[in-house]
Amino acid sequence: MNRIDLTFERLRKEGKKAYIPYVTAGDPDMAVSEKIIRSLALSGADIIEIGIPFSDPIADGPTIQRAVTRSLSGGCTVKKVMFMARRLRKSILAPFVFMTYYNIIFNHGVEKFVKDSIANGVDGVIVPDLPLEESKELADISRKAGFSLVALAAPTTSPERFKKISSMAGGFIYYVSLTGVTGAKAAEAAEIGRKVRGLKKVTDKPVCVGFGVSGPALAREIAASADGVIVGSALIKLIEKDPDNKGRMPREIEMFSRSIAEAVHSVRK
Amino acid sequence: MRKTLKVPDKNGYFGDFGGRFVPETIMPALSELETAYRDICSSADFRKEFNYYLKDYAGRPTPLYYAHQLTKELGGAKIYLKREDLLHTGAHKINNTVGQGLLAVKMGKKRIIAETGAGQHGVATATIAALFGLECDVYMGSEDIKRQSLNVFRMKLLGARVIPVESGSCTLKDAMSEAMRDWVTNINDTYYVIGSVAGPHPYPMLVRDFQSVIGKEARQEILEKELKLPAYLVACVGGGSNSMGLFYPFLGDKRVKMIGVEAAGLGVGTAHHAAALGKGKVGILHGSKSYLLETDDGQVKLAHSVSAGLDYPGVGPEHSYLKDTGRVSYVSITDKEAIKAVKDLSLTEGIIPALESAHALAYLPKLVRKAGKKDAVIVCLSGRGDKDLNIIREYTS
Repeated sequence: MNRIDLTFERLRKEGKKAYIPYVTAGDPDMAVSEKIIRSLALSGADIIEIGIPFSDPIADGPTIQRAVTRSLSGGCTVKKVMFMARRLRKSILAPFVFMTYYNIIFNHGVEKFVKDSIANGVDGVIVPDLPLEESKELADISRKAGFSLVALAAPTTSPERFKKISSMAGGFIYYVSLTGVTGAKAAEAAEIGRKVRGLKKVTDKPVCVGFGVSGPALAREIAASADGVIVGSALIKLIEKDPDNKGRMPREIEMFSRSIAEAVHSVRK
Repeated sequence: MRKTLKVPDKNGYFGDFGGRFVPETIMPALSELETAYRDICSSADFRKEFNYYLKDYAGRPTPLYYAHQLTKELGGAKIYLKREDLLHTGAHKINNTVGQGLLAVKMGKKRIIAETGAGQHGVATATIAALFGLECDVYMGSEDIKRQSLNVFRMKLLGARVIPVESGSCTLKDAMSEAMRDWVTNINDTYYVIGSVAGPHPYPMLVRDFQSVIGKEARQEILEKELKLPAYLVACVGGGSNSMGLFYPFLGDKRVKMIGVEAAGLGVGTAHHAAALGKGKVGILHGSKSYLLETDDGQVKLAHSVSAGLDYPGVGPEHSYLKDTGRVSYVSITDKEAIKAVKDLSLTEGIIPALESAHALAYLPKLVRKAGKKDAVIVCLSGRGDKDLNIIREYTS
């Protein structure tokens, strides 16, 4: 059992839901980004999703696209993100999940990527452009290494297809709340709830919901049905709001993040 | 009967290349498209309608013109030009948009979207949207909008909305990313008309098949004129749709050699070129695995070419396959050589070629001496040069 599985087991025993914040590594720069991730841990994150930037992020909306541009123009590389994870791991207990596009992994070498991630304290990866049909190599290597390849499901996914996705998934299933990109129009909580309850009937893996979760109120509503809630663009907007105020940024993000963590954790099974 | 070639396989792979690297949201739509393509496009009714529009609307068949002056000038093999430049909207792009437009209509889609670089595919898409009564949004990088204002106006006149893309490098690759984001968002009612043999499966196959009318005609025409097959085929490669269209029907003809010409920009030794096959490594962009210009860390590099239609860091996966199997040779031509080829063809034959096609023409002096004087070489003249006049004027002054 890796840290992600242990985390969901703990949450299940406590009757709680997972709060999973996302930020892009290297945004607004490497040093501040590291501080922001520490703030997320302090704010009550159960799992932290760390984005490795890719130049052409087709599943991401404008907010994360801008984060990626800031990060890459500041010189972020896969190696730097790995080192950052290693430093953070020394003081943070929460599992880390990378989020990146498949070209980054393929270019690094699939096996080497998994090995390096584990060696630097990272527990899994989410790859938004790697559907079931293309995931065999990474899935096999991950499974053997005890690394979680988180699978994505969408509103367009059929029940038969979902079963296959679920059987391949490591860690948890990332349910994309809407047909669209990250940070898009707020999702309809009632509709998501209906979908998630349907999915949970056919899988025993945790189902976490992301895309369009704009703040604590919606996060609380989604946590009523889901096993976890993923929030990305809403946090990154705080980096953009006042880009020159890097000193205060981690603290502001911590406060907002805590409000979401508390909302998610207020929901009991 | 000639052997049919079994690529792509059922997962959309041409050997190691291709596939479907897209968000889960899109996957069911790709399956739907593949099924629709197989069911609808193979039907006699569809073929009939497709051929009707190609003939009466787009202007097919296009002539295979014997360029006798250019042949004399270069003093080698007989040069034939496949005149795709004479088509409606001025380039081969219309073959594909007529096919996909009809498919969209048959699938019951009311809205189509497209990406465009120089605007040729955008114009060809806007054209068939007007023809078939579809709503049409075209994504175009804000840099390209500045460079190609006439094509922007053309698309608007045809009733399309041109949406400026401000992300990344503000050019074709970003327009394609943005079109994919639109498709993810509006997956239920929108058809995405991809303009080249790129993108996730089934697009590389589907666009190739619609464009293969170029090679089918050329094969028949050369047999009529020369009573034998050509020694060489030459075509430019950006994403690679005109070259795939010309090459595909000849792939089983073992003696026909094929040359794809990429854009060397300021030179393949510099950082400013678009030679994905010549200088790239295997990577994943816009849904498929293929050769790609990327950094050591896996970030996609910006391509450069004086020709906007070749200015793309990737290439269609079937070209990667044809490169690795050795069936097609890939070479490159610089901006400067391409501009010279525009002037040469204009003066010798009275034909102003598009800058893209000029890359294929520019390789002829090197090629014609390799072949015998009785051999034929077919060059795909994929588009006309009207759209490039400002760029050529700027470049030469």
